[in-house]
Formats: sequence, structure tokens, C-alpha cells
Amino acid sequence: MALTRQDVAKVGLLARLALSGDDVDRMTGELSKIVGFVSQLEELDTADVAPLAHPLDSQNVFRADEPTPSLSTAAALQSSPRHDDSCFLVPAVLGETGAA
Amino acid sequence: MSKQSDTAASAEPFTTVIGLEVHVQLLTQTKLFCGCSTKFGAPPNTQVCPTCLGLPGSLPVMNRRAFELAVRAALALNCQIAGFTKWDRKNYFYPDLPKGYQISQYDLPFSSDGWLEVVDPKGAFSRKVGIIRVHLEEDAGKSMHDEAAGTGDTRIDLNRAGTPLCEIVSQPDLRSPQEARAWLNELKLLLVYLGVSDCNMQEGSLRVDANVNLHIPLASEGRVAKTPIVEIKNMNSFRSVERALTYEAARQWEEWQATKVEMGKMPKQTRGWDDPAGITRPQRQKEESSDYRYFPEPDLVPVTVSEADVAAAKAAMGTPPTVLRTELESRWAISAYDADVLVNQGRDLVDYFEDLARRVGEGKVASNWMQQDVLRTLNERGGTIAEFPVRPEHVADIIGRVQKGDFDTSRGREIFAEVLSSSKAVADVVAAMGIAAVSDDDLVALCRELIEANPKIVADVKGGKEQAAAGLIGQAKKKNPNANPGKVRQMCLDLIKGM
Repeated sequence: MALTRQDVAKVGLLARLALSGDDVDRMTGELSKIVGFVSQLEELDTADVAPLAHPLDSQNVFRADEPTPSLSTAAALQSSPRHDDSCFLVPAVLGETGAA
Repeated sequence: MSKQSDTAASAEPFTTVIGLEVHVQLLTQTKLFCGCSTKFGAPPNTQVCPTCLGLPGSLPVMNRRAFELAVRAALALNCQIAGFTKWDRKNYFYPDLPKGYQISQYDLPFSSDGWLEVVDPKGAFSRKVGIIRVHLEEDAGKSMHDEAAGTGDTRIDLNRAGTPLCEIVSQPDLRSPQEARAWLNELKLLLVYLGVSDCNMQEGSLRVDANVNLHIPLASEGRVAKTPIVEIKNMNSFRSVERALTYEAARQWEEWQATKVEMGKMPKQTRGWDDPAGITRPQRQKEESSDYRYFPEPDLVPVTVSEADVAAAKAAMGTPPTVLRTELESRWAISAYDADVLVNQGRDLVDYFEDLARRVGEGKVASNWMQQDVLRTLNERGGTIAEFPVRPEHVADIIGRVQKGDFDTSRGREIFAEVLSSSKAVADVVAAMGIAAVSDDDLVALCRELIEANPKIVADVKGGKEQAAAGLIGQAKKKNPNANPGKVRQMCLDLIKGM
């Protein structure tokens, strides 16, 4: 299965990767090989196989709705590149979130 | 799913077609996948842990209560509950989404195919609105941008990240902004009654997006044109939803007349509601669904729900408002309108009413007092019925004295107001206001005095005009405000006839 340069550029954009033209060329070849390797699975007849939602043979794992201790604010913020006393700081974001 | 024809009762040359997408926060103590508190109003980043911060090595575990409440919501919305459900990753980058994906549900939501009907109590409309699906997902965090500070930074608070949300997606079955608002009120009432959510919009426990377009019959072409669908965001009250939809329908109608652009000729547009300006403005184009690259969440195992589970959830659901309205109507012989007014005020007020009705032994009188006195003063002074100082036993005491003939209803109202403002017992207020039951002797004396002073009225009554006696009642009230008007009237008539 061959990916196009456009496919790779789009995936790069969605992953927020700054790919140069050379990067795209190289990855178009590499990614095509990876996808090609996985596409061997298409040789199998899966007509009678139910779709698998999860590889573990386990279901209905719940926890009780009981509070457990949270981190301190300082501990929560410590690994972030930038923060103030109470919040993570990121470059200005204006406009709408993608949240649904 | 609507029972009505789309153009009925519409003076406009088009039909407004509306679908709603509602997110409600479930009433849990903790988040969907970790034990952090969901309590509103905590200082930023004090309710966070490795799981909801998306730190490496952390794993989500499903909150049982959240799943149960979600199932309850879906059942209340007449949905089918799936026997097998799973969660998926919805991938996008945003600073308030620490993992880089939201755990949501894609192709196997836990419920689908329901409906919720809204009936206007004044009969203006009734609409059975289909529910496409209800699914359970986590919320994102909060971004705060202080433009006034001019720092150029956006501050991120992740307390909200991972909060359990039910997403409810309706069919495009609503046909006016008024219906949309009424339907939202009914949805909120239902979810609050069943303890699923507090639906507090100020605290972000309920959020609404609306999809709207116009269907325009083109008689000459024998077909119906449809305008491009617009999704409206940023509406922070049900009133805003109604206003935004009204604005947007008018805007689309103008645009249609100018451009004749139909659905499919341009991508779906997202517009934000600017409440102070009263207009919608274009926002960035929505990414195509496939760009979210949904795939099954490997960190959560699927959930199965048996028919016995569904039956148990139904049994534990509680009484929804629609059922309660009918119950109140038949139990207390009150009108559908009265039952609607009472039920729409919430479960606590219904409990207050039923307590009062049981004490009085009559629903209609209790309902009148609820609406004309309790509700009116409650609305004036604010607060909840639970905090209202005049309790059902006090109101029942006043009503009992009215029924005994100690005083009339209007005097009873004054006593109600005095009990409310003074917090005294009814008996003390009655005593303090000088309201003793007027004895029959007092009444006879009063009536004799009135008859003597009003020969013309007496002559009229003798001449057959009994209604002339009304003039005596007004004077009686001035002389003795505690005199029962009905008794005065009857006694005066008896005395005049005996003359």
C-alpha cells in the first residue's frame, strides 16, 4: 500500500510535526512500508470473526465514586515548561477550542 | 418524529429546523477516570492527579456512579441501552486537553434511539423530539486568557479535566426557537428530578450547542430548498439559545434571499453567539470528523449491560416530571396547567405542595395558595422552597381558619404575609392583628347598624335587587375588617327580609 506525499503532509499537520520537504519524502517511503506490513492482515478472511474492541478478555472494570487525594498544585505544575503560582502557562490561545 | 406538520401555525415562508447537542455534568463526587473531586469553585489546579493531567504511566478506571447516572439519563430519555459499549480516543491538540485526546465514545455509544416530548401547557405546541444518542465522555480543562493583563499568556486550569459528561444529541425535530427553549427546560427538569445533574449553566454543568437551518418550499420548482446547516456555540442560558436561534433563522433567510446557496454547496459553518451584541459571528471551520482519528481506547475495557441491569436501573430511577404531572392531576384533582406549574418548580416544591394538600385535604385550595401566595412571594424574595420560612403546616393553619369562617381569604393573605415577615406563629399573628372570630352577636349588631344607616339599599333589596347588598359588605369590612363578608351578606339579607 503506497501513501502519497499529501497523505504524509496531512498526518504531519494533524500531529503538529514540522516536516521539511526532505522529511516528507523520506517518511512517505518509510510509512508506506509500515502500512504495507500491517496490510498483510487483509489477506486473512475475517468474515466470521467478531470485531475486537479490546485485546484483554476482561469487562466491567469500575471504581467506587470516592475521592482520593489530589496532587499539590506545586507538584502538579512542577514538570511544565512554564507556570505561575496556580496555572500552567501556554502561548496565547484565542478563539474556540476543539472540545466537543 | 414530530406529530405536527412542519408548516402548521407558521406565518413564515420557511420552516426552522433545529437539533440540539447538550452536555451535562453528572452528579458524582469524583472525576470519570480518577478520584479527584469535581466540586465547583476550587482554586486552579488543586483537583488534579497524574491521571487527569495525562502524565505518563497513569491509567484511567471508570467511575461506576458516573456510568449508572449516564444510564439513568438515557433511560429517562427513552433510549435503548446497548448490551456492549466501549470508549474511544478523540484526538486533537489543545492546551486544555492534557493527553492530546479526549476519551469519548464513537461507534458503540452506550445508548441511542430515544425521545423526549415537550408539551406547551398553554397548548401552543407539543413536540416529540428524537434522541440520536447519549454517550459518556470526559470534559476538558479551562483556558483563561486575560487580555487586560497583556501578558500574552493563556493560563490553564485542569480542575475540570476528566469531569464526567453525558452528551445528548437530538434529532433535528424542533421547529422554532421557542420550542427549543421549552424542550431544554423540560430536559433540565427531567435530569434534575432524577438526580443525574444539577444542570447549573453558570457553573458549566449544562452546555448547549444548536444546529439550525431553514427548509424553504419552492412551489414553482415543486421542491424544498435547505440552507447550509450552522452550528451555534457560546450560548450561556436557555434565553440565549432562543435569541441566538431567532437571530440565526432571520440571518439565514436574508442570506438565502441574497445568495440562494443551499446545503452541500458549502461546508458546515460554526458561529458563536455574541450575547451583548445579539448576533452570531463566524468561527473557525470545524475539522472533519475523520480528522479526530478516533480509535478504541486501549486503557479501558468494554462494559456490558444485561437486561437485568437495565431493569434495576429503571426501578431505581425515580419519578420523572411527566409522570408526576399526571399523578398530581389525579391524586389532587387539579388541572393539567396547575400540575405543570407546580412540577416545573422542582421536586422540593411538589413535596411542599403535597404536604399542604394532605393537611388541607383538598388539592385545588392548596394549589391556589401555592401559586398565589407561596410561589409569588418565593419569587419576590428569592431563595429555595426549603429555606422558605412559612411551612406547609402554617399555610394549612391559615386555610383551616378561612374554611372555618374565622376570616375570609383576603384577610388570610394578610396573615400569611405577616407570618412571613414576623416569623411568628399563625395563632400569635391572628391575636396580634386583633383578629378574633367575630361572634354572631357582634355580627348581628354590625348588620343592624348597617341596615339602619342605609335605607336606600334596604329598599332596593326589598324591591328584589339582592345584589344591592354588596354595598353593605364593603362598609362592613371598613367597620370591622374581621367580619366574614359571606356571613355579613347572608345575615343582612335575613334581617332585611324579616323587617
